[in-house]
Amino acid sequence: MVRLTVNGKAHDIDVEPNTPLLWAIRENVGLTGTKYGCGVAQCGACTVHVDGVATRSCSFPVSAAVGKQITTIEGLAQSGALHRVQRAWIEHEVPQCGYCQSGMIMAVAELLKNKPKPTDADIDNTITNICRCGTFQQVRAAIHAAAAQA
Amino acid sequence: MNFVPKMNRRSFVIGSAAAGGGLAIGFDLPFGPKEAAAQTAAPELGVWVVIKPDDTVVIRMARSEMGQGTITGLAQLVAEELECDWSKVTYEYPTPGQNLARKRVWQSYSTGGSRGIRESHEYVRQGGASARMMLLQAAANEWKVSVEQCSAANSVITGPDGKRTTFGKVADAASKLPVPEKPKLKDPKDWKIAGKPIKRFGTEDKVTGKQVYGFDLKLPGMLNASIKESPVFGGKVKSFDAAKVSGMKGVKKVLQVGDTAVAVVADSWWQANTALEALPIVWDEGPNAKVSNATIAETLKAGLDAEQAFVGNQNGDIKAALTSAAKKVEAVYGYPYQNHVCMEPMNATARYTADKCEVWVPTQDGEASFAAVLAASGLPADKCEVYKLDLGGGFGRRGAFQDYVRQAVLIAKEMPGTPIKLLWSREEDMAQGRYHPVMQCKLVGAFDKDNNLTGLHMRLSGQSILASVRPQVLEQEKGRDPLAFQGVFQTGEHAFGYTVPNLLIDHAMRNPHVPPGFWRGVNINQNCIFLECFMDELALAAGQDALEFRRKLLGKHPRNLGVLNAVAERIGWGKPAPQGVHRGLAHMKAFNAYVAAAAEVSVTGNKVKVHRIVAATDPTYAVNPAQIDRQVAGSFVYGLSALFYQECTVKDGRMVELNFDTYNSMRIAQMPKVESIIMPAGGSGPWGGVGEPTICVAAPAVLNAYAAATGKRIRSFPLKNHNIELA
Repeated sequence: MVRLTVNGKAHDIDVEPNTPLLWAIRENVGLTGTKYGCGVAQCGACTVHVDGVATRSCSFPVSAAVGKQITTIEGLAQSGALHRVQRAWIEHEVPQCGYCQSGMIMAVAELLKNKPKPTDADIDNTITNICRCGTFQQVRAAIHAAAAQA
Repeated sequence: MNFVPKMNRRSFVIGSAAAGGGLAIGFDLPFGPKEAAAQTAAPELGVWVVIKPDDTVVIRMARSEMGQGTITGLAQLVAEELECDWSKVTYEYPTPGQNLARKRVWQSYSTGGSRGIRESHEYVRQGGASARMMLLQAAANEWKVSVEQCSAANSVITGPDGKRTTFGKVADAASKLPVPEKPKLKDPKDWKIAGKPIKRFGTEDKVTGKQVYGFDLKLPGMLNASIKESPVFGGKVKSFDAAKVSGMKGVKKVLQVGDTAVAVVADSWWQANTALEALPIVWDEGPNAKVSNATIAETLKAGLDAEQAFVGNQNGDIKAALTSAAKKVEAVYGYPYQNHVCMEPMNATARYTADKCEVWVPTQDGEASFAAVLAASGLPADKCEVYKLDLGGGFGRRGAFQDYVRQAVLIAKEMPGTPIKLLWSREEDMAQGRYHPVMQCKLVGAFDKDNNLTGLHMRLSGQSILASVRPQVLEQEKGRDPLAFQGVFQTGEHAFGYTVPNLLIDHAMRNPHVPPGFWRGVNINQNCIFLECFMDELALAAGQDALEFRRKLLGKHPRNLGVLNAVAERIGWGKPAPQGVHRGLAHMKAFNAYVAAAAEVSVTGNKVKVHRIVAATDPTYAVNPAQIDRQVAGSFVYGLSALFYQECTVKDGRMVELNFDTYNSMRIAQMPKVESIIMPAGGSGPWGGVGEPTICVAAPAVLNAYAAATGKRIRSFPLKNHNIELA
């Protein structure tokens, strides 16, 4: 048994310690907003926050997450209010198919926490998630819009 | 070119789309014996519209949503004619089983070939208009007035003497009236909902993690499966040692799937996949185990000068023109295999019992999925059903090809009553694609002594998609694959735009063992690169400006010229570019839309920065400009990722690149500024598509700008093979 704290709630789950955090979140905790895209930390669809740090959970063993605060896309909204990144995403209609956007939003939420007013270069250097629909033009506009709301 | 469906008492043919080429191509399905109920019971006003007593409008959707916005666009068209309150509109998917049982009242489910809106706009608008007429008639009957005295707006019906009611109040009575056939449609000039940049459905669920993709489906008692098919295409399973993994935690079953694959079923997918990776499998690799990129390239090269080739476009006498030319220009281009790499890998969930087989699947064609369920389950149509889920990307992989559905059903058949969710790993997704076909092209241009282009021969040599996917089309075409000529065909939705007095465009078909498929844009990707880069080569040889050279050849095709002029003007063609910045152009007619791009790039060492691309599209009508704008920009990401990074290399009969670490895709840092010019010409002609056409112009526009910057013409792809990087 492994105890994980996800979105503020403790879960005792029966997995091998080397199971990727992604699959423990999806299959054992049962939260499927965090996506599988590559399994090798390339695409970023599986991004969650581990103690506030954006982490590609497909390549992060569940054993390393024990005792840490894990936040997934389902836990980003606070007391019923969407996070400003989520609001900006809706306003700018960022998603196309939407599959990569949970990870994209989690990566951007961390960027804005560290750099409240990111430049385009900050965005380029930090946001390396893959989106096959090609939503990047809207992603950039929405990041700046979310930053302006801070 | 029109395919006439064959009909008989027991079966009919579904016009399932081969993604373009003006083709509707079929497969057989038996009729089911029963009428099926629609999900939202009543009141149904025709087949497209259901209105509930609280005024909620439910619009039925046959096409699939994969991010392209087609569902929102189609709903706008129905709502426009219905005169309903847009804020009350929602939608649902009638199942393929229901469609079959009701004699295909919802028509085609195929969502590829950029056809979602352009090929159903008329009948869905008629569906909205008929429903409005029924509602008006019901109100008139209730008020005992003539229907001409009643009008509808915003879900409210008004009549004489201040009479007023709502759609919801008369919907039940309206649903009992006959459905008017061929109602008159609005003039698009009067559109209030269609043609506007209305926000798409479903965004909030996508940003909160609530949207359920196929990968996320949960059913009671469900088990998970991972699968591995012979990595050499055409190979088979020889043996596997199930005992090695059957004791691993969570593993429930290790089984062969058909002749070609092995799967592990477990409590969780991670357990299934872990066991599958540990499972010793011996393959009979078959006759293709020695095929490589080099052997395929040799085969294609031989086709460039072969005697026999299928003609796609011809006029004048190209032989004479080449013989008498004052100057000839020749070039050979090549295009690689590429994978779709949808962000959500292939998957399907199946539940099988002796008298029911149900499948939940993200699909571009619910009816193709349904056909796969029938074939794999062996059950009759009234005992099968498919439930469509929204897709995490499609791009052509999830329409004609339903291999994952077949696999899921075959596994579920071995475990009756237990729902089986089959998920492919990314590696399986890359190893078992339906790949953008390989093609080489030799182009020869002939000039007279005054540098007029007198002849053009474009010889394609490479793989036919339809030979593999729809061989019956080749039979009708005497062996030719008309789809190979997308963008350069004699006539139709992919007609060649230039007027050249002596022209020959032909295709030497060479079909390697790798399974080809429809990949966003399909054959316009390579054809536009071949043609539009070579037009720049010709202009250079003639000492003429690339835009002026094209303009002279486009006089007979004003809409081609229109989009080209639009991007040239916006980019500032002919005026000085910023320091170090160079420009390139390209255009094409594809999927009945006219598209063009003008790119600005700079080159530093081996690094190419694409600063800006101006795109123009004329799709005849623009149903939702905001969604079109996103499709244009997104298509450039797809197209430029392919140009710079993407090749599926064949070695020992199998694919080499199996994940994003070797098969890269553009990130935000590489994204150019995309400015789209949406310039629908209107009129009564066919509507053009949106999702695919613009993809083809990005790459040649960038390549032409690169040549302008460096003097170097690159003719084989991806650019990473030339050590050229996208900055």
